[in-house]
Amino acid sequence: MKYARLVWVNMTRNKRRTVLTTLSVAAALFLFVSLRSVNTTLADAREVGSESRMVTRHAISIVFYLPESYYQWLVTVPGVRSVSWADWFNGIYRDPRDFFPNFAVEAESYLAMYPEMVIPEDQKRAFLDERTAALVGSGLMERFGWTLGQAIQLRSPIWAPDREWPFTIRAVYTPTNPSFGDALFFFHYDYLYEGTSRRAQPGWYVLEIEDPALAAAVAETIDEHYRNSQAATKTETERAFQTGIVTMYGNVGFLMNAIGLAVFFAILLLAANTMMMAARERTSEVAVLKTLGYSDRLLFALVLAEAASITLIGGLLGVFGAKLAFEGTGFQGLGLLPNFQVKWATATAGMAIALCLGLASGIVPAWQAARLPVAETLRRVG
Amino acid sequence: MALLEIRNLSKVYQRDSQMITVFEGIDLDIEAGEFLVLMGPSGSGKTTLLNLVAGLDKPTAGTISVGAAEVTEMSPRQLAAWRSRHVGFIFQLYNLLPVLTAYQNVELPLLLTHLSKSERREHVMTVLEVVGLSDRADHYPRQLSGGEEQRVAIARAVVSDPTVILADEPTGDLDAKSADEVLTLMQRLNGEFNKTILLVTHDQRAAERGHAVMHLDKGVLTG
Repeated sequence: MKYARLVWVNMTRNKRRTVLTTLSVAAALFLFVSLRSVNTTLADAREVGSESRMVTRHAISIVFYLPESYYQWLVTVPGVRSVSWADWFNGIYRDPRDFFPNFAVEAESYLAMYPEMVIPEDQKRAFLDERTAALVGSGLMERFGWTLGQAIQLRSPIWAPDREWPFTIRAVYTPTNPSFGDALFFFHYDYLYEGTSRRAQPGWYVLEIEDPALAAAVAETIDEHYRNSQAATKTETERAFQTGIVTMYGNVGFLMNAIGLAVFFAILLLAANTMMMAARERTSEVAVLKTLGYSDRLLFALVLAEAASITLIGGLLGVFGAKLAFEGTGFQGLGLLPNFQVKWATATAGMAIALCLGLASGIVPAWQAARLPVAETLRRVG
Repeated sequence: MALLEIRNLSKVYQRDSQMITVFEGIDLDIEAGEFLVLMGPSGSGKTTLLNLVAGLDKPTAGTISVGAAEVTEMSPRQLAAWRSRHVGFIFQLYNLLPVLTAYQNVELPLLLTHLSKSERREHVMTVLEVVGLSDRADHYPRQLSGGEEQRVAIARAVVSDPTVILADEPTGDLDAKSADEVLTLMQRLNGEFNKTILLVTHDQRAAERGHAVMHLDKGVLTG
């Protein structure tokens, strides 16, 4: 600790340069943490699905619908305990920027299949009993300041785009697993069906199976059954289904990691350049310290500590700035990244990278300081 | 036995393919408590000799011992530790760290010791008192005159109570009045505190303050 002041005065002797370098590191770490959090959020989204639930959708794409009549046969498939269905509504509240995921579901069977949603019994009853009722996640309620019983309207570009769809919020769910997300919006499929003059059809079926080990057999039975029909199916576990949706974004993970790596090296070069300049300006002082008895090892450590301090301060600003910024504003990536959060593991990784940046950028000037020939340097200065 | 013993000391530099002999076969003894002045023209090797005594440079041949320490036999790490305890170095251009106050500059050698903060403070204030700058402890080098800066540098050199003080042209950058003050201070360190001093200078007035004067010229040391 007694050398802390020496490190500090050296860091602050050129304040503008130190501040700019620190801010560069902060910006880079902010970016790294943001990109990494996109990855972890998408990875979490894959984990939402259950292995005991399966999804049957159109074999070509999820944008094609399946006939309602499939329900009657699906419930008879051996190993299937219950069946429900849902539709992507794509409803817009006020403005497209207020996006949140919303679904029309066969409510009674759907809620029975999703114990991840905890709903007070009286609210659940109220939701099930009313055709225009909505079930809303607690996070979404908080985001828009909605209250129970409040009437809201959505517009859907894919379902009767000219009309407003009025809903009354009758129930609020809290997820048992944060990864499930607390920003989803559900309403009755019947309401959609009637509101579209009975044009609506199920977007996908959700099947609860008796044993996850039966998943492959169930999928094969169903897909084989509809192979030659007008709407051939693709059946998979809900987890695989979620992964498929996530991969629709493309290879996001690779892209995020590639950008993160590029940023890391750019900032490494910047920080290293700063430290080289700072060290070069002080060669005579290093020589004087050696004359006073400062060892090569101590000087190496002091220069390294200075570099690491700059990047660690930048790291703290960037990492915790990102954590505060995203969590303080409830950022959800325009609804594309529900439950977006900067995890502590990501923050820790960010700080570890900041430390590595400091050590990597300081190692060359630290080595040069340690190896500095004193007599020759003093002769040059004198 | 002398405190500082130099035996058969040689220093040869290589510049490109050319070998330059600075001096060869020098012998010198300095007794404890002696104030020896070393004079000589520029390029005669005075500063090189000081650097060798301080272990900042390696001789081509010969030995240097200070007390029981064989300086020429030590590793760089041992030399650093030895310098921190036994050598006080005073430079012509003071070489204070500009970002530290006078107090902090003087404290630098003590950071290498096991002294507590309060003990360090006591030592620093005592030595600043000796050099007459206790009231300038919180001033930065840029706020001090050249003479004051050199007195701070002297305080830094003696704060760890070294065995020997090596001064390289300490008055070379000072006006006559400041130079006189610095020389008086060095005389006092030698007289009152029994410090052994080896002072390198061009300045005849400085030479008059020492117990003895030696000349180094063309690689030959004469008394």
